[in-house]
Amino acid sequence: MNVKLCLLLIFLPWAAVAQGFSGLGSQADGFAVPAPNPQFDFPADHAAHPDYRIEWWYLTANLQDAAGQAYGLQWTLFRTALAPGDEVGWGSPQVWFAHAAVTTPHRHFATERFARGGIGQAGVQAAPFRAWIDEWSLAGPNFDHLTVQAQGPDFAYDMQLTAQGPLVFHGQQGFSVKSAQGQASYYYSQPFFDIAGQLVLPDGPVQVTGQAWLDREWSSQPLADSQTGWDWFSLAFDSGDKMMGFQLRDTRGGTFSSATWITADGTTTPFVDGAFVADPLDSHTVAGRDVPVRWRVQLPAKGVDVTVQALNPDAWMDLSIPYWEGPVLVDGSHTGQGYLEMTGYD
Amino acid sequence: MMGMCLRALMSHWRRNGAQVLALVAGLAMATALWCGVQAINAEARASYDAAAGVLGEGQFDQLVPRDGDRIALADYVALRRAGWQVSPMVDHREGSVRIIGIDPLTAPPGLGGVLALSGPGQGVTARARAGVFVHPRTRDSLQVQLPVTADPAVPPGIAIGDIQAVQRLAGDDHLSRLIVLPTQPLRQGELQKVAPTLLLLKARQTADIAQLTDSFHLNLTAFGLLSFVVGLFIVHSTIGLAFEQRRSMVRTLRSLGVPLATVLGAMAAEMAAFALVGGGLGVALGYLIAAALLPDVAATLDGLYGAQVSGALQIRPQWWASGLALAVGGTAVAMAGHMIQTARMPLLASARPRAWVMASARQAQVRVGLGLALMAAAGLLAARGQGLMAGFALLGCMLVGGALLFPILAGWGVAWASARSKSAMAAWFWADTRQQLPGLSLALMALLLAVSANVGVATMVSSFRVTFVDFLDQRLAADLYVQVDTAQQSAALDQYLQTRGAEVLPLARTEASLAGQRVEVWGIRVGQTYRDNWVFLDATDRAWDTVQAGQGVILNEQLARRQNLWVGSTLRLTGLPTLPVLAVVGDYGNPNGQVIVGEGLFHSAFPNTPALQFGARTATPSALAADLIRDLGIDENAMVDQAALKGLSLDIFERTFLVTGALNVLTLGVAGFAMLMSLLTLADLRLPQLAPVWAMGQTRRCLGGLELGRALVLAVAVFLCALPLGLGLAWVLLSVVNVAAFGWKLPMFLFWDEYARLALYTVLAAALAALWPVRRLMSLPPATLVKVFSNER
Amino acid sequence: MVLDIRSVRKTFQDPSGPVDVLRDVSLSLTAGEAVALTGESGSGKSTLMHIAAGLDQADAGQVFVQGTDLTTLPERALADVRRTQIALVFQQFNLIPSLDVAANIRFQAALAGRTDPDYQAHLVSALGLGGQLHKYPENLSGGQQQRVAIARALAAKPALLLADEPTGNLDEATAQAVMDEMLALVAQTDAAFLMVTHSPAMAQRLGRQVHLRSGVVSGS
Repeated sequence: MNVKLCLLLIFLPWAAVAQGFSGLGSQADGFAVPAPNPQFDFPADHAAHPDYRIEWWYLTANLQDAAGQAYGLQWTLFRTALAPGDEVGWGSPQVWFAHAAVTTPHRHFATERFARGGIGQAGVQAAPFRAWIDEWSLAGPNFDHLTVQAQGPDFAYDMQLTAQGPLVFHGQQGFSVKSAQGQASYYYSQPFFDIAGQLVLPDGPVQVTGQAWLDREWSSQPLADSQTGWDWFSLAFDSGDKMMGFQLRDTRGGTFSSATWITADGTTTPFVDGAFVADPLDSHTVAGRDVPVRWRVQLPAKGVDVTVQALNPDAWMDLSIPYWEGPVLVDGSHTGQGYLEMTGYD
Repeated sequence: MMGMCLRALMSHWRRNGAQVLALVAGLAMATALWCGVQAINAEARASYDAAAGVLGEGQFDQLVPRDGDRIALADYVALRRAGWQVSPMVDHREGSVRIIGIDPLTAPPGLGGVLALSGPGQGVTARARAGVFVHPRTRDSLQVQLPVTADPAVPPGIAIGDIQAVQRLAGDDHLSRLIVLPTQPLRQGELQKVAPTLLLLKARQTADIAQLTDSFHLNLTAFGLLSFVVGLFIVHSTIGLAFEQRRSMVRTLRSLGVPLATVLGAMAAEMAAFALVGGGLGVALGYLIAAALLPDVAATLDGLYGAQVSGALQIRPQWWASGLALAVGGTAVAMAGHMIQTARMPLLASARPRAWVMASARQAQVRVGLGLALMAAAGLLAARGQGLMAGFALLGCMLVGGALLFPILAGWGVAWASARSKSAMAAWFWADTRQQLPGLSLALMALLLAVSANVGVATMVSSFRVTFVDFLDQRLAADLYVQVDTAQQSAALDQYLQTRGAEVLPLARTEASLAGQRVEVWGIRVGQTYRDNWVFLDATDRAWDTVQAGQGVILNEQLARRQNLWVGSTLRLTGLPTLPVLAVVGDYGNPNGQVIVGEGLFHSAFPNTPALQFGARTATPSALAADLIRDLGIDENAMVDQAALKGLSLDIFERTFLVTGALNVLTLGVAGFAMLMSLLTLADLRLPQLAPVWAMGQTRRCLGGLELGRALVLAVAVFLCALPLGLGLAWVLLSVVNVAAFGWKLPMFLFWDEYARLALYTVLAAALAALWPVRRLMSLPPATLVKVFSNER
Repeated sequence: MVLDIRSVRKTFQDPSGPVDVLRDVSLSLTAGEAVALTGESGSGKSTLMHIAAGLDQADAGQVFVQGTDLTTLPERALADVRRTQIALVFQQFNLIPSLDVAANIRFQAALAGRTDPDYQAHLVSALGLGGQLHKYPENLSGGQQQRVAIARALAAKPALLLADEPTGNLDEATAQAVMDEMLALVAQTDAAFLMVTHSPAMAQRLGRQVHLRSGVVSGS
């Protein structure tokens, strides 16, 4: 291990386990802990919560160009804190990192950024809303009208987002339980963004439009020690309904699942553990790991029994924390599209 | 059948233990020499690479301030927000330790990228975050109020910590420089607009510590080449012996119906086994050599260049692989000729054992032709060649060419002596010597190479030393040197020394950057001492007066060569007025460029940099030192008298070549060993020649004495040929290789007492090599000699 | 027919011009037959032996050993024939100096794939080598060395045994003894035996004598 890595591990304690997000500490260590029946305060809650250990602004989008070609897009800003609170300067315990990706049926571009808190290199402010790291940003006059941009050595994008519906809250009014032991996070989404803009790819710029989904989540101890990874689905059905569902896998092969059914007008129905079922059908070898890229996803309470298939099975995020994230196509009882994130496949 | 064949072939070794010893030991020693050199080289290089990696020098483009040494945090953030992938660094120094602050989140992967020695960072704590990481050896020399974590992955002499910790240590919240990451995004703001106060420095091909240390490696590499050649000769001669002695066995095997291919295959397998065993032993031995020498190498590099080498030796694949490759490759090369000979050997040729070593006249012709061709190539390279590779090629051509021509020259010499011999015994002695020459030629060539290398390296080292001592006299002209810490002390000391009537030589120094390279600026008080002692390579008239008047600068040779600034050029350096170059002064062994200006000019240009080092001319340095301690309270450790300082410098310098010297002696030892083996072989074959002389009334003692005498005569002949060859080698090292590596040419001096000593060593090596065979001859039972007559085998 | 030499010619280049050593030599031996080949020095006896042994090649003519024509064989096949069909006892003993007597005797039989310890023991006792088995050749007298060479050749149970002046390097008494032992042992085998000798007395002891003169054989 080299010294840089050694220092890096201090900043990113969970990276030591090299297991993606699943290594998150289960102890709160002085951090604030999510409590049931949250009272959100907007726009302030769109900004960072430095007293919590980890937090993210997670945008995914299913896009199409004029020829009908499908694309996926991801923009994620993560915040993790070594200690609760913040201060100005290099001494800030806040660490920021971000991932950006564009997926085409045959290629996958991904890149990442890192920043220390306290020096202005990265941060999130509520009004006007602005989340940034380096030259990447997700910003706008308010949370309903945003622009997003990011770039890497071989791709870039500039997009406009317009919300067509309300925020939706997962779990119990935004209190999302993550394990039988009670680990939980605050979790809400804006799943109703229309998105349009330009992708810059090696073959040239492409004008695209589509649907985007923004997740906001923060917590201090979201996973139990025995949980090894998760499979997260955000699906938009052609019927206008949407569904968010995830399952957390544990070391003994069991799962803990949760789901939210979202109607076209933003009405939500939460489902507790067991209602949402996702079974892998086919796996694909990418970056030396076997990753399930075709799933049978069921939510019997809503008559959902669909096959979820990756647009590009090679949508591997080969970054400091490697995981799989990419656009999916939905077929079966419902048709549509969406995004799939899978962590902890080693 | 292969197994049977192999068993028969191998049975030869069981009956000839000395040959096994010779082959394995020869291979092992040659490999060991090579490995030792490689190990030291690889180890030192790895340490440099680590250092260079940590410093981010040579590897990455960097942004540095156009003026001063501070970059504002705002500039860093602005660059990041404009799409520039840069990572901040803070440089700080505590005593002898360079402390580097990095931001591990943005630092490029290669930075601090030394080999992983510890497991995943389970033990990494917030305490470590607040502290610094150092090499275990540097730990004691670092006195800081921070947690210190020892980690062998950090190069010695350097401490690495989080930027926040190092800033706190430095008491400063600025950044020193920004590393530009190799991978940048598609779009980014123009540097001029985002951070106009910063200057982009392109990655340098040569980091400054590499500049001089490379010359040291070069020395060793040249030596590795020599040991390789010597080793190859030894392997060649031992294998030749083994093949020749088994000619009749090969014939018997074939007449018994073993196909030629099987015989050759068995021989190849057998030799491969020997090569691996000998090479493996050699690698182990090389490791021991390197381990024994490495502390010196480390000390050498540390002392000379401020570049520390980890004392711990790691078994690196580069050198053990290259050692084994040498053993196997050398064996293959040595074997190839004999394999071809064996393949071509007619089944029905006389089965009488032929003296293997009695090389055919045609072989000798080929050898002379090749030798002459190599010498011609050497001449051509000397006249036309340019650069390091040409220098090495010249070296190789000269050495191998000289070695190949040696037997012919020695043959002439013996013929000449033979023609002048008066007594019958003398005539027989010379005739016998002449007959033995072909048999000994390979061993003699190896000895010649070893001695030439010794002469060459001794000449180079000593020439270097003479130049260096002159240089020390020039640079350490004062009798007492005093170091102070503050401007206040500086003024007080200056005044005190002047009242003592001593000539005072204050030295103020600072650093500046010229074309991206670090340059030292020295402010000196021009006085008689400088005028008397400094030797300029080139200077205008009244250069010192003009420097004193602040109207010109003196540059050292390194800076002059690097920037091509010579007398008549003008120097533009930030912080100084544009001034003409008045003189260039030789400054051997210093990798940094230097600009020397008058005291007055220095203080007006750098008002906050007082002279902290003082030299004083006094007849009684120790008395003056005692007075300074008493009257000014100056610490005793802050004073060095000139003789001691010079001694220290010389001591450090001497160590550079200690390693070379040690390897030199080893080479000579290996060559002596080769000679021993050849003599032992010849001893058996020579019985039929000696027996008649014995029968005619010479004692065995007398015959032994003559044998010994012959070894000595041949050693002297070797030395006489090696001397000019070695001087040629020195010339190449000093005038070709050194210029290519160091950037300056060293004057060559001759050191006859050294050569006399080497002559003695050569004769000694030969005598030692001859001793055993001679003793064997003297104690030979007469019956064995009689047998020569009774059994004409 | 074990050995069948048909119209073999061999010419050597000499500084004084070409010398026809063998001009038109034909000779054949059947199994169990013992033939002595005599002739003056330089008459080509040894050359004929070498050609018969596959150690040298004839310029013209054919040499069959057990029906295989040696003159057309490549080196490797020739080596196979030597190893499996032929054994040699030459004037120089050609023992492997670094192997002891026992190993030398075993060696060729093992190469030919016909190891027979009982037979080897018989040879060793018949040749009186019992006390020498762990000595090295250099520590043996000439007669003993040649006995080892004979034992080695016979141990391989060759179809064709070739001997070239096998006692030429030995004193008279030893030569007689070695010859007695060898002939007695050969007589016990089925091998075709061709021996070169310059001694008419020795030649008379074999079943048939041929004489080589001016490159042509004549004989009974």
